Amino acid sequence: MIEIKNIFKSFGSSEVLIDISAKFERGKTNLIIGQSGSGKTVLLKCLLGLYVTDNGELIYDNIYSSRMNDEEKINIKKEMGMVFQGSALFDSMTVLENVRFPLDMLTKYSEREKNEIALKFIDRVNLNDAINKLPSEISGGMQKRVGIARAIVLNPKYLFCDEPNSGLDPKTAIVIDNLIQEITKEYNITTVINSHDMNSVIEIGENIIFLKKGIKLWQGNNKEILNSKNKEVEDFVYSSELVKKLRKN
Amino acid sequence: MVKSSFIKPCKKNILYKLIFKEINDLVLDSIPIVSILSFFIGGVVSIQMALNLESPLLSKTLIGFATRQSVILEFAPTFISIIMAGKVGSYITSSIGTMRVTEQIDALEVMGINSLNYLVFPKIIAMLMYPFIITFSMFLGLLGGLLAMTLTGVPSEAYIQGIQMDFDIFHVTYSYIKTLVFSFILATVPAFHGFYMKGGALDVGKASTQSFYWTSIIIIIVNYIITQLLLS
Repeated sequence: MIEIKNIFKSFGSSEVLIDISAKFERGKTNLIIGQSGSGKTVLLKCLLGLYVTDNGELIYDNIYSSRMNDEEKINIKKEMGMVFQGSALFDSMTVLENVRFPLDMLTKYSEREKNEIALKFIDRVNLNDAINKLPSEISGGMQKRVGIARAIVLNPKYLFCDEPNSGLDPKTAIVIDNLIQEITKEYNITTVINSHDMNSVIEIGENIIFLKKGIKLWQGNNKEILNSKNKEVEDFVYSSELVKKLRKN
Repeated sequence: MVKSSFIKPCKKNILYKLIFKEINDLVLDSIPIVSILSFFIGGVVSIQMALNLESPLLSKTLIGFATRQSVILEFAPTFISIIMAGKVGSYITSSIGTMRVTEQIDALEVMGINSLNYLVFPKIIAMLMYPFIITFSMFLGLLGGLLAMTLTGVPSEAYIQGIQMDFDIFHVTYSYIKTLVFSFILATVPAFHGFYMKGGALDVGKASTQSFYWTSIIIIIVNYIITQLLLS
């Protein structure tokens, strides 16, 4: 579980995160939602340690980030996996090499063991036919699946996904959402997903945090969000005319 | 940046692979362009020397002597380094800059890998092979001069004698000292522009241009300082 307490973050005079507290539970798909510019990505990058918070506390399974020394910070990063918005695959490496990369860099397994582990995770995301292809030779959905395989190949405790289904067609987006949810349950990971996609919210939103202009306005789950009386949340959820009509019916 | 690239190193076997890849990309791949430029510029330099030393009172050996001095002291180390600022520098900036834009550097950081060590350190080490290119350039420059003189009708014996005339080994040492300093500049300045760039794909191009601009300027200024310190 990850807990954040009273997080503040600003860039120059612009306050991006203001007094945010929340809990992201293990084995659940935790969603951070909100419009563009609401601070979702900054919050995720704070959780990943890519940004240092101005104030507040990040607690990873009862370990306070403020009390960690440099070695502990490196060790906690090794417990994290990240699926990037643009997949962030290494262009010059094949699918197998991309998935094997964290094993090559951070473990002492033999070549055979590393290949076996990488192939197991490639199989888990159904990409057996693409192991020798370069990222440029596969579709956006497949790239996302490679990104997921690479993120979980070290069996992380925490999985972070930055808009994992952006740029994908609705059907592939649901496949990716479901894959992330299945992996979260299967490996009992604390998964935190940034999204502004309502399909994802409704499909996999077990714990949802709604941000607006850097402030947490609401927290609940996918059932509660549809009946929320919070006006800002309602505006976000029912921003589409089509969804409004479906609600009336 | 340079200090950070030397700490928290990757595994040795991975570093070796990266260094050999960079030697191939940065040094060996530059040999064709350096060869063509050196050979023809050597030829042009010797023809211009011959043009300016037409007096019958001046020995033809002076053409070889002047060509050698130009090639060894200035053309090979400095002129080729400016060319390399365009070729190698823009490659380094654009490859690292693209990794920044496509979040590949963030991916390395999230994994707990020192991205500066992974990306920049192998380039600094690979560029230690850069004097090899300059040696090659010196040789081909002088060879180009010999061919040009033969075609112009100047006896090759006079040119070769000129090359050997009043040879001062310190001039070669000076040239290699410059080359080593330039190799460090060629690896680090473009890497800095790529690593710390912000923006999108268009900004990668801008960063490459900036990188060439600054690398060239720094090389020219450092060239002046080293020359002032060692030769004046």
